[in-house]
Amino acid sequence: MRGKAMVVMLGLVLALLPAVTPTWGQGSGGTMIVTFKDDISTLDPAIGYDWQNWSIIKSISDGLMDYRPATTNLVPHLAESFKVSPDGRTYTFRLRRGVRFHTGREVVAGDVKYTLERVLNPKTQSPGAGFYGGIKGAKAFSEGKAGEVSGIKVADKYTVGITLDKPNAAFLHTMALNFSHVVPKEAVTKAGADFGHKPVGTGAFMVKEWRLGQRLVLVRNPNYFLRGRPFLDQITFQVGVEPNVAFLRLQRKEVDILGDGIPSADFVKVMGNRTLSPLVAVGDQLQTGYVTINTQVEPLNDVRIRRALNMAIDKSRIVRIINNRAVPANQVLPPLMPGYDKAYTGYPFDREQAKKLLAEAGYPSGFRTTLYANNTDPNPRIAQAIQQDLAAVGVKVELKTLAQSTVIEAGGTKGQAPLIWSGGMAWIADYPDPNNFYWPILSCDALAPGTWNWAWYCNRDVEKMVADADAMVQPGQAAARAAKFQEIYRKIMSDAPWIPVFNERRYTMHSARLGGAQGLFVDPIHIPVHYDEVRLIGK
Amino acid sequence: MNANPVTTSPSASPNAAAPKAASPSGGVRLAPRRITLWTRLKHHPSALFGLFFIGALITIALFAPWVAPYDPSEQFTEGLTIEGRPLAPNAHFWLGTDLLGRDLLSRLIYGARISLLIGVVANGAALSIGTLLGATAGYFQGWIGIIFMRFTDLMMAFPALILAIALAAILRPSLWIVALVIAMVNWVWIARVIYTQVLSISRREFIDAARVIGVPTPRIFWRHLFPHLLPTLLVWGTLGISTTVMFEASLSFLGVGVRPPTPSWGGTINESQSYFLEAPWLVAFPGIGILVTSLAFNLVGDAMRDALDPTLRGQGP
Amino acid sequence: MTAYVLRRVVQAAIILLGVSLLTFLLLFALPADPARMIAGRSATVETVARIRAELGLDRPLAVQYARYLQRLAHGDLGRSYAQKVEVAELLRSRLAATFFLMVGGIFFELLIGLPAGLLAAVRRRSRFDRAVMLGAFLGVSAPQFVLGLLLLYLLAYTVPVFPLGGYGTPAHLILPAVTLGIAGGGWYARMMRSAMLEVIHQDYVRTARAKGADEARVLTRHALRNALLPVVTLIGLDFGTFMGGVVVVESVFGWPGIGQLAWQAIQIVDIPVIMGVVLVSAVAILLGNLMADLAYPLLDPRIRYG
Repeated sequence: MRGKAMVVMLGLVLALLPAVTPTWGQGSGGTMIVTFKDDISTLDPAIGYDWQNWSIIKSISDGLMDYRPATTNLVPHLAESFKVSPDGRTYTFRLRRGVRFHTGREVVAGDVKYTLERVLNPKTQSPGAGFYGGIKGAKAFSEGKAGEVSGIKVADKYTVGITLDKPNAAFLHTMALNFSHVVPKEAVTKAGADFGHKPVGTGAFMVKEWRLGQRLVLVRNPNYFLRGRPFLDQITFQVGVEPNVAFLRLQRKEVDILGDGIPSADFVKVMGNRTLSPLVAVGDQLQTGYVTINTQVEPLNDVRIRRALNMAIDKSRIVRIINNRAVPANQVLPPLMPGYDKAYTGYPFDREQAKKLLAEAGYPSGFRTTLYANNTDPNPRIAQAIQQDLAAVGVKVELKTLAQSTVIEAGGTKGQAPLIWSGGMAWIADYPDPNNFYWPILSCDALAPGTWNWAWYCNRDVEKMVADADAMVQPGQAAARAAKFQEIYRKIMSDAPWIPVFNERRYTMHSARLGGAQGLFVDPIHIPVHYDEVRLIGK
Repeated sequence: MNANPVTTSPSASPNAAAPKAASPSGGVRLAPRRITLWTRLKHHPSALFGLFFIGALITIALFAPWVAPYDPSEQFTEGLTIEGRPLAPNAHFWLGTDLLGRDLLSRLIYGARISLLIGVVANGAALSIGTLLGATAGYFQGWIGIIFMRFTDLMMAFPALILAIALAAILRPSLWIVALVIAMVNWVWIARVIYTQVLSISRREFIDAARVIGVPTPRIFWRHLFPHLLPTLLVWGTLGISTTVMFEASLSFLGVGVRPPTPSWGGTINESQSYFLEAPWLVAFPGIGILVTSLAFNLVGDAMRDALDPTLRGQGP
Repeated sequence: MTAYVLRRVVQAAIILLGVSLLTFLLLFALPADPARMIAGRSATVETVARIRAELGLDRPLAVQYARYLQRLAHGDLGRSYAQKVEVAELLRSRLAATFFLMVGGIFFELLIGLPAGLLAAVRRRSRFDRAVMLGAFLGVSAPQFVLGLLLLYLLAYTVPVFPLGGYGTPAHLILPAVTLGIAGGGWYARMMRSAMLEVIHQDYVRTARAKGADEARVLTRHALRNALLPVVTLIGLDFGTFMGGVVVVESVFGWPGIGQLAWQAIQIVDIPVIMGVVLVSAVAILLGNLMADLAYPLLDPRIRYG
């Protein structure tokens, strides 16, 4: 009798244990609610490229590499380890064993090859194809001249080797980009064009329900290969929610995260409120807001004029206009980026000096020009502030605040847009490497109709320096590479194709019941938060 | 039923009701006093207020540079708080400042030019086009009716927004383009309403009678049809001011119309809407401006309509 | 009447064709490149070119339009450039919500506008009349965004009577529909008043009254019937415009209607979606006006089917 009672007691205790013990470790539970204004477009890792679905995709699929949470440090992820060949051109990845797709099948090296070839295949229409163009044989494959990418070799079931045409120090970063996240061929073929709405990956979460225009519900993957992750049971994304209303909902404890951030109208109130400000995590972003100066348009082709414009802008006033949500910037790279030069002072705010330079260049009474900006708040306001600053030194600016697509088009058309305020379209780095701020938006290589190098800037010497820096592949060269980039960007600033204005900071407001290190809420790679890492307090 | 077309038409306008002659003998006056528009309006104090307000508005708009306390485009560093918030109405800035630290009162004074122009001219143009098309279609029916009304349907279904974006990129933006776009887009609504009304009115006996007598068509339009359309035009002409002003703001937002930093009432509302709970004055003051302007036009129009309305004559205010 | 409806359907088909062609041409006149918008920031020029080829955007306009019509004939509205979802599915997912908001909006417009207009006409020049006039102008002049936000703030946030936006239950529909009702009710009130005043003072009504008929009956039978004509016109117009989406109200209340879809699509130049929305909207407008045209003879026997 006593033995039986003991067993029953033990059974009861064991049964009740999960309810009473602090459940650190495996899936602790709860649902988190995130609001977004725009509809989520697609969850296909090869295609998704807006700042909304970027982090959601990171929770549904995985790449060979990833970043340690809340940092910009690369670590192997789906890969267990990797080796770089001495000439820096071949990377050999060894996959973890036992990682399974949501469908249950184990991930093998062939899946990696399939995924990368899918991205390079024109039929997929992947925006990220360009990142992998440096792989040997990629070009031939994309043009249809080859049936496969010769540079991607499956050595055995768990080993894959990738050979590049040239060494690229940022290559490992591209292996962390969403585009390279591994997907299973059979699921893609089965879903066809609907794969973006029925994604299959290896990630911490799976899609449970998706009602277009209303909500997306993710549910945790019980077989996720990282033990103990994710913490949440479920994440619900409510879409179509206006930021002002989302803010009201947060205060009523109906939502957990403001996906679009604190609405500008309430920002000052929140930061000044003793109950609300602790709910805001503050961090930096890999972002710079700048004005591009078209170096091919008169009279902006004169470097003295460009330097004068740099000295005419009162950046602290502009930062104040956006409620101090940013810090003034004096260089191309944002503070978090390796290669950022703390010692560099840039161009001072000096109207007299600016006027002197203008006179030197032959425009003592200034000149007329046009500034483009997109029409989403606060960009028209910032553009008007810039307009007033330039008027103070005699440069009369006509403002064109237009739909985003129109501004982007104007920027990419040769000789059309003299000045563009990049706000709303501003550069946020794809990956935390300084060359990401160069190749797409400042290089000679990028110059063609439709370019994003709106300054139409081309300096062959600088181009060579960047190519050299990119060849410094070995881990030991990291410090030297960062130093080289400091030199590169200093040289660029002396050419002044841009006016760097500010670096926006991140302010993520969340509900009181969310826990986890503050850094997770301003993770530089995962925006707005690292979905795999945050949890509800007490769970 | 027995309405005599001659007496119920406004062809005998108030001014024409002048008596042939007052009795020279000084005895009892037999003919009525000359009833002028002014006489009618005098009995409507609200109409006088409306006139006064409109007059004041036009004057302020014309003399804006002298009336406004500050330059409407000047962004004052002291116009924002340290954290960058706009200032509520105070001694320096009577109506407060906007999100860039500019004086709201000055911006509203200058903005009156645009809003008046758009609200009256663009709206008026839209009304004219719409009335012409709708009335013609409703009166003649047949092939003209079908073509005109189907054309109206087409223009209604046409995505004006996309047209605006396309124009913004192609043309040099200006107020006249906005007025044009508004006129091109807004006429469809009044066209349908007028069409309906004319369908019904043109079936009434007095029109038939006029036609039988041989009154020429343009005269039928003017003397017999138009007065009955006046009330509708009044409603649309006045309520339409508000909607047109806000439409201008949307068009300018898309880049078709006034460029920043040129102020307009609708534009100020548009850019400050989401700040409504924190800085209500930015929406309230221009909103009140729009409201009072359309009300003023309404009061004047109401009185004028009463003065010209054939069926009301002899009924008093 | 059937002949009339058939004629209208044929005319509608021609108009729809015209609208789709004009919209198509306009979209390509826009200085924006959908391929570039999809390709995003880091795409190389080759990537953009390949995407453009995949989407068929490098073919001549006439060919593209012909292909569009061909697919349309098979009920295929294409796939969204950005979401890769079928346009038909996107529209379907939002149709119900748009419909409910349309019904709710018109309901409140009538609820607010008609009694107000009626009483204002009957009590002409009284304080009530003036109050209605002020109310009408206030409602029409108030920006819908502010109106909606205010209603949410007062009736959903401060005093939680209604849900804070969203979609799902009838309670969710009330505030957005009331917002539309306040914004549009003024038109109904003023038109109702104006039309009734017109009739109230006409001779035949005077005669009817002189004959001793009950005042109420005079009003309802003669005046209302005629005054409903412009009201029916307005309802027809509202049907069309609301079914085309009311982006401001949808945004504030998080209502998954077609308006939000259209607005987002226009930002990124998602041509298939835009064409789809324009088509749906055009059909709704034509339908609304047709229904109104069919109703007129019922209200005024002198009007015949044109």
